Amino acid sequence: MTNFLRIAGRYALSTLREMGRMFLFLLSALEMIFKPPFKFRQLLKQMRFFGNKSLLVILLTGSFTGMVLALQLYYILRKFGSDALLGPGIALSLIRELGPVLSALMVTGRAGSALTAELGMMRISEQIDALTAMALNPIRYLIVPNIVAALIVFPLVTAIFDVIGIFGGYLVGVKLLGISGGTYFSLMEDYVEMKDVLLGFYKSISFGLIVAWISCYKGFNSGFGAAGVSKATTEAVVLSSILILVWDYVLGSFLI
Amino acid sequence: MIELIGLYKSFKGQNVLKGADLLIPTGKIVTVVGKSGCGKSVLVKHIMGLLRPDAGQVLIDGIDITKLGLAELDRIREKLGVLFQGGALFDSMTVAENVAFPLKEKTNMKKAEIQDRVMRALEDVGLGDRGSKFPEELSGGMKKRAALARALIKEPSLVIFDEPTTGLDPVITSSIHKLIKTTHDKYGFTAVIISHEVPGIFGIVDKVAVLHNGIIEEAGTPDEISNSINPVVKQFITGSLEGPIDIIS
Repeated sequence: MTNFLRIAGRYALSTLREMGRMFLFLLSALEMIFKPPFKFRQLLKQMRFFGNKSLLVILLTGSFTGMVLALQLYYILRKFGSDALLGPGIALSLIRELGPVLSALMVTGRAGSALTAELGMMRISEQIDALTAMALNPIRYLIVPNIVAALIVFPLVTAIFDVIGIFGGYLVGVKLLGISGGTYFSLMEDYVEMKDVLLGFYKSISFGLIVAWISCYKGFNSGFGAAGVSKATTEAVVLSSILILVWDYVLGSFLI
Repeated sequence: MIELIGLYKSFKGQNVLKGADLLIPTGKIVTVVGKSGCGKSVLVKHIMGLLRPDAGQVLIDGIDITKLGLAELDRIREKLGVLFQGGALFDSMTVAENVAFPLKEKTNMKKAEIQDRVMRALEDVGLGDRGSKFPEELSGGMKKRAALARALIKEPSLVIFDEPTTGLDPVITSSIHKLIKTTHDKYGFTAVIISHEVPGIFGIVDKVAVLHNGIIEEAGTPDEISNSINPVVKQFITGSLEGPIDIIS
């Protein structure tokens, strides 16, 4: 029993220490966002990395999510004789929930993992040490542009996901299942409010922060060798995905 | 002058440095030798301020850098150039961009002036025509040369070379040694070289320090070390399997 408590205590302490390190890392990056010199070129490069390079995967997942939603919602709504509400149903599901969450998960899989691996490789090849030895702060050069880029790009990517999803739903609902196109869009206009759009926006911006923070932290503090980088990458994707879902619930419950 | 006084450092309960002392005179080339994994890189990372010791002092021109904050440490690092083991060139930049990077970030020099200086630095290391290449397009020796150009571009007063010739063939190794000597003669910096090239490295250095079991076992001129009667030093210099150095750990 004592042994079990000792192990549990040690685990709890090391987890707390790790959480403390993660928060300090985030704080030092956030502090530097507002301090010059600003790295605009690096910021644009990272915006391209998070956004432009994730576009195909967002278009594909967005359209198919809308299409599947249309199929499933149509089936359910028809049972209640409310199939006319398909448009608002799809729009609200996408804007409030699925758009921010799924696009964040997709970008985590594509860009977050690549970011962790890149920073991990920079760590083991001493490129991060090289920056420090040149009296340049690696957090300013490597972390801040990623965090700012994610804060800008995630809402944009989510908006694209939502729009494509709504058109995917239109294709299935209107062109395949025979709902009126006018009904699909006009009821959407009636039911979707600004607060729904804002909820999606707040979610996407906070998911951007989570993904950039976790991916950067894990890569920046990656262990040595290929195994260290691989472990850091896996941890970054798993932890980001879990935190996205947990934060989605927390934020949703406050802003419902 | 750099002085390491009673340096202790451990990682996860493993004691790497156990009271290492070393004196590095200004303008001289000092090499730290010792068996693989004995803590040579750990020792020099204390000089760069990348590691803080558990106990002991690192004095650079009389200032104990272990007590400095980040901003003050950065002021010391301004005078530092480092050639890392693998070169540590930034993958996303060309060779010329890598060499120009410290000037672009840390000086107010004009673009044309930087380009001119980078070109000269690359020519100095025999890479005048490779500026537009990316690091992955270079051979191991070329990467070290490019990294050397980057380390020296700001004309630092202290340069640290972490195994500058590891993994290179004997001819390239000699050429890198010659390059270090030539650039040292030209710029007059203080140099610390971590090396396994014994006795090849002895030809270009003023002082040799042998690190063993976490302490500097012996330090002296290349001649003194070559003729040492210390069994550890003797075994290391001759590469003998018999002696006090534990070859398994």
